[in-house]
Amino acid sequence: MSLVLLILLPLVGGLIAWLGERINRDLPRWIALATVAVTLLYVITLVPAGQLARATIAADPESWLLYSRTDWIPRFGISFELALDGLSLLLLVLTWLLGLIAVAASWSEIDERPGFFQANLLWTLAGVTGVFLALDLLLFFLFWEVMLIPMYLLIAIWGHENRAYAAMKFFIFTQVSGLLMLLSMVALAFSAASQTGQMSFSYFDLLQLEFDPRTGFWLMLGFFIAFTVKLPIFPFHTWLPDAHTQAPTAGSVLLAGILLKTGAYGLLRFCLPLFPEASQSFAPIAVALGVAGVIYGAVLAFAQVDFKRLVAYSSVSHMGFVMLGLYALNDLGIKGAVMQMVTHGVSTAALFMMAGALQHRLHTRDMSNMGGLWHDAPRMGACALFFALASLGLPGLGNFVAEFLVLLGLFAVYPWMTALAALGMVTAAVYSLWMMQQAFFGKPKESRAMDDFGAREMLTMGGMMLALLWLGLYPQPVLDMVHPVLEGMYAGMSLPGLAVAP
Amino acid sequence: MSLTALIPGLPLLSAAVLLLSTGRMPRSVAAIFGAGSVGLAAALVASLVADFLARPEAREVVLWTWMSVGDFAPRIALHIDGLTIVMMSVITGVGFLIHLYSVEFMWDDESFCRYFAYMNLFVGSMLLLVMADNLLLLYLGWEGVGMCSYLLVGFWYRDPANGAAARKAFVVTRVGDALMALGMLLLFTELGTLHIGTLMSAAQENWSVGGNLPTLAAALLLGGALGKSAQLPLHVWLPGAMAGPTPVSALIHAATMVTAGVYLVARCFDLYLLAPAVLEAIAWIGLGTLLLAAFTALVQHDIKRILAYSTISQIGYMFLALGVGAFSAGVFHLMTHAFFKALLFLAAGAVIHCLHHEHNIFRMGGLRNRLPVVFWSFLIGCAALAALPMTSGFFSKDAILLLAYDKPDIGPLLWLGGLLGALLTSIYSFRLVFVVFFGEAHTEPDRQPGWRMAVPLALLCVLSLVGGWIAMPLSGALPEAGHPEISHTVEYISIAVPIIGVIIAYLIFLGGQISIAGVRDSSMGQALQGFWFSGWRMDDLYRVLLVTPFTTLARWWRNEPVDLLYNAVVAISRFGHRVFIALQNGELRWYATTLAVGLIFVLSLALGVAP
Repeated sequence: MSLVLLILLPLVGGLIAWLGERINRDLPRWIALATVAVTLLYVITLVPAGQLARATIAADPESWLLYSRTDWIPRFGISFELALDGLSLLLLVLTWLLGLIAVAASWSEIDERPGFFQANLLWTLAGVTGVFLALDLLLFFLFWEVMLIPMYLLIAIWGHENRAYAAMKFFIFTQVSGLLMLLSMVALAFSAASQTGQMSFSYFDLLQLEFDPRTGFWLMLGFFIAFTVKLPIFPFHTWLPDAHTQAPTAGSVLLAGILLKTGAYGLLRFCLPLFPEASQSFAPIAVALGVAGVIYGAVLAFAQVDFKRLVAYSSVSHMGFVMLGLYALNDLGIKGAVMQMVTHGVSTAALFMMAGALQHRLHTRDMSNMGGLWHDAPRMGACALFFALASLGLPGLGNFVAEFLVLLGLFAVYPWMTALAALGMVTAAVYSLWMMQQAFFGKPKESRAMDDFGAREMLTMGGMMLALLWLGLYPQPVLDMVHPVLEGMYAGMSLPGLAVAP
Repeated sequence: MSLTALIPGLPLLSAAVLLLSTGRMPRSVAAIFGAGSVGLAAALVASLVADFLARPEAREVVLWTWMSVGDFAPRIALHIDGLTIVMMSVITGVGFLIHLYSVEFMWDDESFCRYFAYMNLFVGSMLLLVMADNLLLLYLGWEGVGMCSYLLVGFWYRDPANGAAARKAFVVTRVGDALMALGMLLLFTELGTLHIGTLMSAAQENWSVGGNLPTLAAALLLGGALGKSAQLPLHVWLPGAMAGPTPVSALIHAATMVTAGVYLVARCFDLYLLAPAVLEAIAWIGLGTLLLAAFTALVQHDIKRILAYSTISQIGYMFLALGVGAFSAGVFHLMTHAFFKALLFLAAGAVIHCLHHEHNIFRMGGLRNRLPVVFWSFLIGCAALAALPMTSGFFSKDAILLLAYDKPDIGPLLWLGGLLGALLTSIYSFRLVFVVFFGEAHTEPDRQPGWRMAVPLALLCVLSLVGGWIAMPLSGALPEAGHPEISHTVEYISIAVPIIGVIIAYLIFLGGQISIAGVRDSSMGQALQGFWFSGWRMDDLYRVLLVTPFTTLARWWRNEPVDLLYNAVVAISRFGHRVFIALQNGELRWYATTLAVGLIFVLSLALGVAP
């Protein structure tokens, strides 16, 4: 029940916010803030800290931290099955923290239909929460769609000049790849029927299945494509720059901070454990795609003149590291990928907030119209500098820990690919510093007067800075949180790189 | 115990306070935080040195475990041994003097607070770099100092040229850093730790001399060292880095950060001894760099650029020393160089400060009587740089030359090259002295340096003179250099060459007995001068090989080539849409015809496949 409540809270909160618009235009954002704050508190207090270290066995739902199951369509083996382990908890905390940031980012930005805006924001969050909790595949697919539609509306209604195109592109990419995933899911359910005599969409049942390599490969590919489109990975990434650039700030924050992570989560939760052998043999291709993404994203980030588009392409580059870590198929790499999910969520959300703040003040995202902004707004400059440095992987900040762990894991398996990926360290410096130069350094324009960050914005930025410093200097709590989950997962996969320590 | 952790902690803390004040702190308070924190750190180092000399054994301070994933568990932990002691003393000692000097130098700058924040951050990172007990923490300091260098080179951000120089410095060193990171990955994958002490003994146990793995690991780490220490082929960023305030050049780009590469190689000397090929490469790289930079320094006319190239050249000597296995001689030169080069930069800063930001040495002249404090500082600094007898530079450079000569096979060649470099060094340094301080005055100074500038200069003068007698507590930390048996002729030549250089410089630039006008103005001379002046056209080379291809690629790809594929899908569906919509034209005749044709087609198909 407690897990269902977690999804219901934002759904209902969204509805109230929508209706609240009729009473007072300021009301929806307060309702949204309250909903997010309450849910965040609820997420944090959901599991007593002492239980986090408990060993989780992937295939045994009773060993998970929380588990609930209600029959839905028993004839097809579909149930309302939710479960929570350290990994989902970590991502839920990230989701609702960034939800808070998103509400803060939209505080004074949205004038048009504020109620419906906040409703869509909350419904997206509800969808994401469902995705991180659903362990019935059809239910997972349902939430996958639920998070897509409100996000589509956020872009299509409150986006910038080219929003219709961007929203449609985002929708079609996700929808087509989702269809492939649905096919794989149905095929899986039928495999369950033929192998065990009982059709099932339950993760815990499907983990028991065995496939011949050919079948396994095609089923895996359906999931793989759906998740890599979402991640996104070269060459399926082209929806992202458009969607990010056109989305309102809060939309970009959610998109980059959380929605991309559902792709990584899907790979880690479903693709790898369900098809360990197929993933193992597919890994070289996945790694090559990851490296291509790292470098391609970085070169294109450098080529942009639009501040937001630059940040969007930097996401493509960073998500390449997630792919590399996951498909290194060893403990270091996978933990690095999880770290990257968290740290990228924070650093990119901050950079998108920065982009939004700049656009709000200057009415442009074109960096050739900026320059010398440090003079007008030193606090904004300092914040941008901090997150630019985080994004280029400066040691001491979270992103470095993530990237180093990924590279460390990858090096043991693919040293040459690692050498190529290390080029990303150089190119990340090139585009990050170029961004700082174009926007904040150089000669200030005389005619311009720009407000610096106020207290509300500094509070949000300061919080994210502290988070990245903490993740960079003492990331152990995060690593410990996912450790028992991953151990349990590896035990079920029995791959050479994933031997579990005795 | 915890006091040791305060040594890097104090400057870092002060940096945080200064940054959080967002420039609203009064100058005098900011100065107390900025210079005071480094001064306190220096005092702590002094007490640590005393303690260490009384009980010379390595000590460890473990703060916390940084992260722990399987066997990978680097700690935030400090390791203090003789080498660390030497480095810490230089960083905090010279660092404090430069901070003190900066209070006066930067007083009128609107971003006084930001300046000291970055400087403190630098000192803290640099201390972490030399105190780290594992390579990952060392890397944290390593990247931290790189970041501070970027921030301080681009400190005056309004001029885009400064920003470009800062980015160049960061990106070029980052290339080396990426190689170094790969080296760490290799070391951990093969040996299972990044703790420096454990790593070195594991390397000695598992690897044999000249094996592929130690050679590769040593070469990759060397990549980082070459970038940070501005050695061939990654030296191109340092001359541009002079865009920052002059005390920054003194601290970061002369005394401390640029010698981090020397420190890294010395720290990992066990690994390098397993890779003799890499060591020999280091010697040749050092020699090549020191000669290239010395020739370049000979023809520059910006006072800071001369000193910058001279720094590259002197670090070349340190690399030469490392390459021939004379690690402690390399570190010795690192220390003396920190004294006299910091002195020279601060003195140059004083000249620039008092001369309305004039950088061109040919617009100075005759400053000997006008700025006497600066003149004496400069004279002593240049004497030490040229390695004139009894100065600190003499002891360290002489040791390097003799130990290079002692190297089997390639020794005499290295010695000869080093000697040529020494000759050039004394010529360009005394060219500087004669042109700037003698002859007729072209610009009148508008002020004299105050006590905050004069005291650091005086103290550094003393160190530059007597620094050669400091006994470094390196036994145990680095291998003993030994005392080579070398014929006295070689020794005398090594001593005499710098003096000859001074005489040549005098005859050309002051006395005028030798005229170089003929050589200089010949077409050959002009071409050579232009070639040297540009730093051997290395920047052009990189522009053609790397920068232009990268920017061109970025321009080609700007509009997302991958989208062509998806746009093709869109175009095909649009085309299909148009074709099929044309069929749906509402004309009965057309529908009837297509129906009939379709029916015939299907029927014939059905009959065709029927048995």
